[in-house]
Amino acid sequence: MGASTLLCAVLGLVLGTPIAAAAQSPGAAPTGDYSPADIAYGARIYDAQCTTCHGANGDGVGGVNLRSGTFRHAITDQDLTRVILGGIPGTGMQAFKFDPAEVGGVVAYLRNMNTIDRGTAKVGDEGRGRTLFEGKGGCTKCHRIGALGSRVAPDLSDIGALRSAGSLLRSITDPTSQMMPINRPVRAVLRDGKVVNGRRLNEDTYTVQLIDDQERLLSLDKSELREYKISTTSPMPSFKGTLSADELGDVVAYLLSLKGR
Amino acid sequence: MTRRSTAVLALLLATAASYGVHAQVTADRLVNATREPRNWMIYSGGYFSNRHSLLTQITPANAKDLELKWMYQAAVAGAWQTTPLVVDGVMYLTQRPNDVVALDAKTGRVFWIYRHQLDPTQIVCCGSNNRGLAILGDTLYMGTLDANLIAIDAKSGHPIWKTRVADNNAGYSVTLAPLVVKDKVIVGVGGGEYGIRGFVAAFDAKTGREAWRFYTIPGPGEAGFDSWKACPPDEKPYCDSEAWKHGGGSVWVTGSYDPALNQTYWGVGNAGPDWNADQRPGDNLYTDSVVALDADTGRLKWHYQFTPHDRYDYDSVQVPVLADITWRGTPIKAMVWANRNGNFYVLDRETGRFLVGKPFVKVNWMDTFDERGRPHQTIQPAGQPTWPGNQGGTNWYSPSFSPHTGLFYVSAWENYATIFGGTPVEYQEGRNFGGGQNRNYLPVPGAPGLPGLRRGPINNWTEAAATGAVLALDASTGEQKWRYPMTDVTDSGILTTASDVLFTGGREGYFHAIDARSGTLLWKTNLGAQIVNGPISYEVDGKQYVAAISGLSLCVFGLRQ
Repeated sequence: MGASTLLCAVLGLVLGTPIAAAAQSPGAAPTGDYSPADIAYGARIYDAQCTTCHGANGDGVGGVNLRSGTFRHAITDQDLTRVILGGIPGTGMQAFKFDPAEVGGVVAYLRNMNTIDRGTAKVGDEGRGRTLFEGKGGCTKCHRIGALGSRVAPDLSDIGALRSAGSLLRSITDPTSQMMPINRPVRAVLRDGKVVNGRRLNEDTYTVQLIDDQERLLSLDKSELREYKISTTSPMPSFKGTLSADELGDVVAYLLSLKGR
Repeated sequence: MTRRSTAVLALLLATAASYGVHAQVTADRLVNATREPRNWMIYSGGYFSNRHSLLTQITPANAKDLELKWMYQAAVAGAWQTTPLVVDGVMYLTQRPNDVVALDAKTGRVFWIYRHQLDPTQIVCCGSNNRGLAILGDTLYMGTLDANLIAIDAKSGHPIWKTRVADNNAGYSVTLAPLVVKDKVIVGVGGGEYGIRGFVAAFDAKTGREAWRFYTIPGPGEAGFDSWKACPPDEKPYCDSEAWKHGGGSVWVTGSYDPALNQTYWGVGNAGPDWNADQRPGDNLYTDSVVALDADTGRLKWHYQFTPHDRYDYDSVQVPVLADITWRGTPIKAMVWANRNGNFYVLDRETGRFLVGKPFVKVNWMDTFDERGRPHQTIQPAGQPTWPGNQGGTNWYSPSFSPHTGLFYVSAWENYATIFGGTPVEYQEGRNFGGGQNRNYLPVPGAPGLPGLRRGPINNWTEAAATGAVLALDASTGEQKWRYPMTDVTDSGILTTASDVLFTGGREGYFHAIDARSGTLLWKTNLGAQIVNGPISYEVDGKQYVAAISGLSLCVFGLRQ
C-alpha cells in the first residue's frame, strides 16, 4: 500500500499543548516535545503500516516492546528515523518509504505510545477539508494547489510532504509562527515613488527577488530603492475561531494529502 | 669542437643552469616566498600565513577595471576548497576528489592531470574535500582522502612515492594542503567525527619516510594526559575512562612556520565525541588548541587551548596567522587568531603567552578570561541557544593580515546560534562519533527547521538564522575597525594586497574587491555559485592576476588593457 492512500483522514488536531516526550532512561531521553497533530498523524500511519508486525500495542515482535520507550537500535530520533527509513538488515524490519512529515509523525507516535489517549482523538476528513480550503476558507485567493489558486502566497501542492501535521495546524491558527523566513513579505518603494509589495523568493547583499501582489517576478537592486522593509509578520489571517476544531482537522487532513506526486 | 662552439655550449649550459636553479623551489625560496610575489608557493602565501600579496598593480583606484581573463572548470561537483599554487607561470591545483592539475597560469590551458585512484570504501566526514598542495624542488605533495601522502613530479604529473599516513578504515583522511619545512613535508589528519586520535606528522620530502609524529591527544605518561580524566564511580552513563583513545583532535587546515624560532604551528580540531562532552571528563588536551612544535623533531614547545572540554564542535583549525606587531607599545612576535568559538586572540608565538582575548561576534558560552587566558564557561540551559552556533563565528576560511594596514581580516557569521543537545554514542571504528542532536536556533517560535547548510543558490536560510560579514580588526587589540555586512553567510577566504585591496567571496556567489582601509566596495562581479576557497594573487609577464573559485569554476581576473 502506498503511503499516500493512508492519508484520507487524520486525527483531530485540536489540542493546544504539546505532549512531553515519554520518560526515557537517563541520558537517553529524546530531545524536544512532540505536537499532538504529529502524534495523531503518526498513529494513523502506524495503524496502517506497522501493526502487521508490531501489533496495535507495539509488542507484536518477540522481544521488542515499542511502548517501553527504549529501542535496541536507536537512542535518538535521528536513529529512529534511520531505522524506519533504512530497515534493519538481517531482521524482519524492512525499509519504509516515508516522506519527512510521515516519518516525523511515526517517531512522534512511537515516543508517546505509552501516554497517548487514542479514544479522545477525532478523525479529520480530507474531502471536507478540500471543500473548506476552496470554499469557506478562501485559501485559493492567495495559495495555489496544482492549477488552482493564486501564486501570491506559497504554492501548497506538496506541502503534505514538507510540513508535519503539527506545523500545518499551527500555520492555520498562528501563521506568523510558521512562516519560513524566506517567505517574508517585502515592501519596497522605488525611486519614482512606486510601491512594490510581494513575497520574498531570494535575497543577497545587493538585490532581492520577489513575486509581487500582481504575480509578477521582480528583481530589485537595493541601492536603487527609496525604502526597503522585510516584515516578520505573515499577511495570512489566523483561522482560529473562523474554523471550528473539526474543520481545522479536516483542512489539515487535506493539506497532509498534498504530496506533489 | 671549435672555440666558438665551446663558448656557445658554455653559454647554453649557464643559461640552463640558471633556468634550472630558477625553476627549483628551494627551501630558501620558500622561507622568502612573500618576497617573490609573482608566485604563490605556500598554501597561505608564505610561512607567516598572512594571505597577503606584495603585488600592487591592482589598486583601489583601478579595481573597477578588473575583468575575467580565463576560467577553468572542474568535472566533479561539490565544495571546491583548494588554494592553487603558482610557480613561474605554472599553476598547480587540486580538484575533487584527489586530482592534481597543472595549467598555464596566463591562459588556463592544461599541461597535465594526475588522478589518484581512491579506495572506493574510503571514509570521510564532510565531503571529498582537498585544500591544496605543497611544493619543494620539482615535486608536488598532496594528501588524500584515503589518508596517503603522495609526491608527484611537477613537470610530468607522475607519482614519485606514496606513503600511508594513517588507516582510512578508522576514519582518518588528509584533506589539508601539506606544509613543506626544510626537507620535510608536514601534514595533519582529518576524522574528528570518527573518533580518531589526531596527529601532525612530518615525512622526508625525498623518500616519504616518516620523520616525526606529534599526537594531538597525549597518551599515558605524556604531558597533558591528565586532561583526560578517569570517570568518577557515579558518573553519567557512557562516561569513557579511555576516551583519549578516540578523543579526536583532527588537524585539517595547514599550519604556519616561523623560521627564526624554528617552530611550526598547527590548529587542532574538536574533541570526540563532538557534542556529548560528558563522555570525556577533563580539558581534553590538545583539542581546540594551537600547538607549537619544533620543526625538526615535532617536540611540543607550547600550547594554548581555546576551548577546554569543548561541547560545541569549536574546532581550532583556523590558519595560525603570524604577525610582528606592537602590543601595548612593545614590538612582539605575535600569533593572531579569530577562533570558531567567537573570540579573537593575540598570543606571544615564542612562548604561547595569552595577551588578548575578545569576542568578535556574539558569544555566550563563556564570559571572561583569567590572566592565563582560560575562559570562564557559561553553559546554557538545555534547549537554550548558544552563540556562536555549531559552524562557529568563523571556521576554517583563510583570514588575512596586512602588515600595511595593521588589520586582521576575517569572514564571520553574525547572530548565529545553535541549540546543542548531546546524546551518548558508542565508539565503533569507522562510524560517526558525533554524539549529538543539534538544531539551528531560529528566533521564530515554533517555526519548522531551516534548510541544511548545503543549500543551492537560493538564500532560504536568510537573516533569521545568521548573516555574514568581513570584519577588519585591529591586530593588536581585536577592536573592530570596519565591517562589510553580507545578507548570506560567507565561507570564503580573504586575500589582501600591499596596495590595500581586499578580495573575498561568499555564499551568494559574488567576488568582491573591498578597500582594505575603509571597508568600502570597489568592485564586484557575480560568479553565480558559492566561493569557498581563499583567493590568491600572482603575476605572469608583468601582469597581476587574482584567482578565486566559484562552484565548479576557477575564475582568474586581471585589469582591462
